[in-house]
Amino acid sequence: MLCDDCGRNEAVVQITLLGPEGRVEKHLCQHCAANYGGYLFPTQRKDMSVNDFLKGVFNYAPEEEQKDDQTAEQERPQAPREDELVCPNCGMSYHDFLQTGKIGCSVCYATFRRQLEPILRRIHGSSTHSGKIPHRTGGTLETKHQINLLRARQQEAVEQENYELAAECRDRIRALEQQLALQEGGVQHGAE
Amino acid sequence: MALNDLLTGDALAWLGTEGTDSDVVLSSRIRLARNFRQIPFPNRADISQLGEVQAQVEQMLPGLEQGLGCGFDRVDMERLTPLQKEVLIEKNLISRNFLRQPQHRVAFISEDQCVSLMVNEEDHLRIQCMAPGLDLEKTFAVASQIDDWFESQLDIAFDEKMGYLTSCPTNLGTGLRASVILHLPGLVATRNISSIVNISPQLGLAVRPYFGDDKESIGCLYQIANQLTLGFSEEELLGNLKSAVQEIVAHEREARKALSVYMKDSLEDDVWRAYGILRYARSLSEKETLTLLSKVRLGIDLRIIGEVTAQCFPQILIGSRRSYLQNLAANENLSKNEIDRLRAERVRAVLQQCSAPKG
Ligand SMILES: [Zn+2]
Ligand SMILES: [Zn+2]
Repeated sequence: MLCDDCGRNEAVVQITLLGPEGRVEKHLCQHCAANYGGYLFPTQRKDMSVNDFLKGVFNYAPEEEQKDDQTAEQERPQAPREDELVCPNCGMSYHDFLQTGKIGCSVCYATFRRQLEPILRRIHGSSTHSGKIPHRTGGTLETKHQINLLRARQQEAVEQENYELAAECRDRIRALEQQLALQEGGVQHGAE
Repeated sequence: MALNDLLTGDALAWLGTEGTDSDVVLSSRIRLARNFRQIPFPNRADISQLGEVQAQVEQMLPGLEQGLGCGFDRVDMERLTPLQKEVLIEKNLISRNFLRQPQHRVAFISEDQCVSLMVNEEDHLRIQCMAPGLDLEKTFAVASQIDDWFESQLDIAFDEKMGYLTSCPTNLGTGLRASVILHLPGLVATRNISSIVNISPQLGLAVRPYFGDDKESIGCLYQIANQLTLGFSEEELLGNLKSAVQEIVAHEREARKALSVYMKDSLEDDVWRAYGILRYARSLSEKETLTLLSKVRLGIDLRIIGEVTAQCFPQILIGSRRSYLQNLAANENLSKNEIDRLRAERVRAVLQQCSAPKG
């Protein structure tokens, strides 16, 4: 099979791209495949352990900030202010995290959310979960997810002129939306 | 099952020869990382908090056993000798990370040894499920079922944006690490393995030798796993890994076919020599055993050797490991020569035992 991109060389790998448009499969030659580095995994140094990789990731953020206050400071640069952020639940500081690469507890993630997001994007190429949701602690996410699924089904039903099913979907969406409003603690001022 | 059987058995259900694509894929493994809300992760928890985690998991266990229809053995790290722990690592039932500190580190291992729950590893709960051959979906379904059971009564650390919260940000989101062990003698012999290793990061996958290091793999065994855990659903991550594995399997089979056509004579000679040594040698190092075993398995898969069954492969793979042999001999202080002699003895016995019925 020939390469999908250049059409000249023999394809040696099949790449599955996972993007916002869904899955795209491509057969590529070695040369063209190299162009896809960075799409899924931004860093492409060859034999790098996860730990090396993390070190690179964590060192990255503070260095950038140091550039901002580059003013004549000969001694070791002052730690950025967010180093002093401390998790109220486990007592871990953001500085500790930069040292160890390990998070202290579930509350740390909320505490350091702003600092962690760019790091997560560098590690995973994304900072938004789109997988499984637990029932008990998933919060409103599961309900929102169900509503989205029902909306899609409602749309489909309308297209197929199955109005009975569409109405059923509409009613269930309404019920879920009310449930969602309660979950989010928004007081309903005489809905409708 | 008693701890002793867990340590001395050389047949592992997850390393059978029955599964899908088992001529290339040895086994599939799913690992889910989960933590409980509020309680600090194991690296920051104090002893009483670690104990609390252990008690919570333990109290859910009878229900889990009932739900799965399978009993679990409780393996307490504080009560194992260093050698016993090493055997469990060789069998993939616990991780090396698990040995850092023993307090309240407990593994619950299913009777069929396909499920291992590690309590207070890097995360509060690590759910690990394994199956022979390429079988990611069903293995994930079991792991997810176990996860559902714990989640039905315990508050799991989860964030709407970031997903399942884990001790290391590299596991965040789905907390899912799916991996597959592949036997790739064809791609190694035809020197195609490096292109697979090099291309894998671009697919969000990591490929590394199962034995040996990045410079030198031993026995042509490789492990491939998803690198990313956040931003994709479990189905997408598994699908991505599965399609890559299927691609590799197809390439491996082609390479084997090419070898058996273009290098028929030297391949046959190589395979029979390897078999001859394993069958009769009196002293075998671990490295030599794994190298020869790979050739013998290739010979069995290509029907060059008919007198032993493929079952000898997993049995020798486990039964020739250093700690396994030391534990079997009940002697931690064996010299290398003594271990090599025991290993050769063991290999001969397995090959005898796996003789194919004459037909
Ligand atoms: Zn090309
Ligand atoms: Zn914390």
